[in-house]
Amino acid sequence: MPNPASHEVAARRRDTRRGMLLVAPAALYTLAIFLVPLAVTAAWSLFTRTAGGIDTTPTLANYARFFGESAQLTALWNSLEVSALVTVASVLLGYPLAYAIAFHVPERWQRLALVLSILPFWTSYVVRSYAWLLVLAPNGVVNQALVGLGLVDEPVRIAYTMAGTVLGFAHFFTMLVALTVYASLKRINPRLMLAARDLGAGPVATFLRITLPLSMPGVATGAFLTFVLTVGDYVTPQILGGNTTLVLPQAILLQLGRRADIPMASAMALVLMLVVVAAYLVAGRYMKLERAP
Amino acid sequence: MTGRALPALGWAALIGAFYAFIYLPVAVLMLFSFHDGRVPVPPFEGPTLDWYGRVLANGKLIEATGHSLAVGLLSSAVAVALGFLAAVAFARHRVPMRRTVEAMLVVPLTVSYIIIGLGLLITMNGLGLSKSLLGVGLGHVVINLPLCFLIALSQMGPAEARLEAAARDLGASEAAVLARITLPLAAPALIAGFFLSFTLSWDEFVIAFLLTNFDVTLPVVIWSMLRTGLNPETNAAGTLVFAVSLLLVAIVELLVLRRRGAR
Amino acid sequence: MSRPARLDAEAISKRYGAETALAGISLHVPAGSYVVLLGPSGSGKTTLLSIVGGFTVPSEGRVLIDGEDVTATGPAQRPTATVFQDYALFPHMSVAANVRFGLSMRGVAKAEARRLATEALALVGLAGFGDRPIAALSGGQRQRVALARSLVVEPAILLLDEPLGALDLHLRRQMQDELKALQRTTGRSFVHVTHDQEEAMALADLIVVMNRGRIEDMGPPERVYARPATRFAATFMGESTILEGRVQMATDGRAAVETAEGRLVVGGGAAAGAEVALSIRPERLRLAPGDGAVPVATATVEECVFQGGFVRVRARTAAGAAVLAKVPPEAAPAAGAEVRLFANPSDIVLLSEETQR
Repeated sequence: MPNPASHEVAARRRDTRRGMLLVAPAALYTLAIFLVPLAVTAAWSLFTRTAGGIDTTPTLANYARFFGESAQLTALWNSLEVSALVTVASVLLGYPLAYAIAFHVPERWQRLALVLSILPFWTSYVVRSYAWLLVLAPNGVVNQALVGLGLVDEPVRIAYTMAGTVLGFAHFFTMLVALTVYASLKRINPRLMLAARDLGAGPVATFLRITLPLSMPGVATGAFLTFVLTVGDYVTPQILGGNTTLVLPQAILLQLGRRADIPMASAMALVLMLVVVAAYLVAGRYMKLERAP
Repeated sequence: MTGRALPALGWAALIGAFYAFIYLPVAVLMLFSFHDGRVPVPPFEGPTLDWYGRVLANGKLIEATGHSLAVGLLSSAVAVALGFLAAVAFARHRVPMRRTVEAMLVVPLTVSYIIIGLGLLITMNGLGLSKSLLGVGLGHVVINLPLCFLIALSQMGPAEARLEAAARDLGASEAAVLARITLPLAAPALIAGFFLSFTLSWDEFVIAFLLTNFDVTLPVVIWSMLRTGLNPETNAAGTLVFAVSLLLVAIVELLVLRRRGAR
Repeated sequence: MSRPARLDAEAISKRYGAETALAGISLHVPAGSYVVLLGPSGSGKTTLLSIVGGFTVPSEGRVLIDGEDVTATGPAQRPTATVFQDYALFPHMSVAANVRFGLSMRGVAKAEARRLATEALALVGLAGFGDRPIAALSGGQRQRVALARSLVVEPAILLLDEPLGALDLHLRRQMQDELKALQRTTGRSFVHVTHDQEEAMALADLIVVMNRGRIEDMGPPERVYARPATRFAATFMGESTILEGRVQMATDGRAAVETAEGRLVVGGGAAAGAEVALSIRPERLRLAPGDGAVPVATATVEECVFQGGFVRVRARTAAGAAVLAKVPPEAAPAAGAEVRLFANPSDIVLLSEETQR
């Protein structure tokens, strides 16, 4: 009689073979088109651009230059500053919006309310940033209104400054944070809040002690995504930020453009990646990543 | 009664203020696409359809739209197919080094498009391949695959697993189970994934910018239009893009809603 | 495939890591019989069904259908069909398409498949339902579609996993009758899993009582009820009065047992000095002697519950043992009264401490 235990083992092996076969296309694709180019970039970050061509002796010179040259370091600092400001602004604006929709809009209108908040973002990203330029330009809607109402004497410089970039970003990410926070708020068992009220807590206390803590995963996810996506974004700073305060993505593209210094661009790109990884390590603890059964 | 009405008004005002903030640029964009004047800033003059005429006659713009469509459709189809198969692998079978493979599949979500684009650029250069829409397509699959994978995975729960077991019990081979049960049940999720991927691809700038030369996509063309400054023609182009996107959303909503009703 | 077949499970064990779901189960089901696997949750009955169906691979042991070792074959190749607990009807297909599915997997021609599906639906009382979408069906109707879908492929053995659990009482009784009739009509073996002992007794030719991965008792319902083999079988299936005792003397098939209430001589094999339990069904306990009944216990009545045709008497002996008796309403004692209970020795079952068969 054949060893009965081998049936289980054989079944497991079949299962593994099927799993491998099915995951292979996606895995191989990601390996070839994402990880390999990433490794290639990392390798190039160790080369240097010389007058003649590319010197392939591995060196950390690019990184040294990056952290040594104040112009480059400023770009990194600007990126972090912008991203931090946008994250804070988006959370401060997005949370109340999510709360309002989740608890102060009738149930059957909530989906519509969400769809309405997402609708404007179906415009092309480039076009949307351009639209903000229109609104914030010296002769744009906002400034003409401010001057017309007599609130200021001269047009305020918003476009082509860091403030413009932050505003442009916050526009989109307020909506994103509102979505993640909304999802988190809806997941809270409504009976928990009733129980708190039943035990004597007022609306503010209920919010601070029950609702807010339980919605933190949504806040953390929204904040993480906001930070990570703004830090690597090129379009909004380039259109709205002007040329005086560059962020890291702009600096990277500069290296590619005029100077065609791919090694330097690669090194800077890797620094950008490290920032994202650091952000993930910090935020990972607070986020509850959804996993399918 | 007024005690209740006031806070409610407050919330309504809050939501109203947010919507005003969110819609401001889009509203301005659309309004001034009809502006009869050189620069699309107040005061508003017109309306006129001249700029729309110019947009529709703009050969470069039309060509680029075609390119965006092709890249979007193809890359989304590939992302959905790969994501679906990978989801089945994780939801229904054993995958060696499960955590690592899953992490690898999901990581591109948070990686800046600059890094993805740069990596592809260097690699393609190294292989002697010139810039082309193919590179853009390849890059767009990278950014959309994680999403399609996660969306498909979220729809493959225990209820669906039981249906697959029932099919096997009735004599279906593994291939038949995949084609007759798994795929149809996952269809709404796959459609949503396809649509989301298409929108992201349609809208994507950096990778397209880095990897194209002469044959460009729509966002890249609009970008070069911006170089010339504020121009109502750009408004018109942007408004048209917006309208098309809205139309796509409406169509998919109807398709998905109709399917849900039939269940 | 169309011939009813016997089912043999030999020394089936299933372990999940440190947990043992089934420990050395052996079962022999003659062709064309209705078998019920009865037990509480966690007893392993569903695991056993899953192994017979081919969805789970056993850690040890073999499954034979008509003498052929099918342990290594998957559910698609086995001559079994399963009716799942939640019916598992394909939501994206109509009723008829669901029923036809197994036939289409076997390459049956479309026209023939349609005809067979129509017949199967008529068999389960759903004639004309073919074009309906699954979402429009009630629970009872879905149940029947699941049955039709499994029966149309003419399995040698039909497996049912708690098929009536989601139905209300009235519907459940009705479906029990229909299931029994279907089994007789089709002549196939049915293996039915349930935790409902009334359902088990109503349907089974053979009851298999399971607990914690082992078989406690196995046999026709009448025998398992009247003479349960173990304490678990005595208390899970129906109710019993259990009296602890020690064997004083044992001869050829008879044992004298000393309990807190006195000495009883009953049939059954046990060694002298062994600790045993005596089980008596409530309807076998009487309040008056006569007809060969011997005194069994004296107890104080705690509660009498009127149940229509009889009164359920709950009492406690001086030693603390719980006594359950069913008496006609006229004979119901008052609460607090002291009563003497009698039973015929042939109705007293000797249970050993072993729980494994």
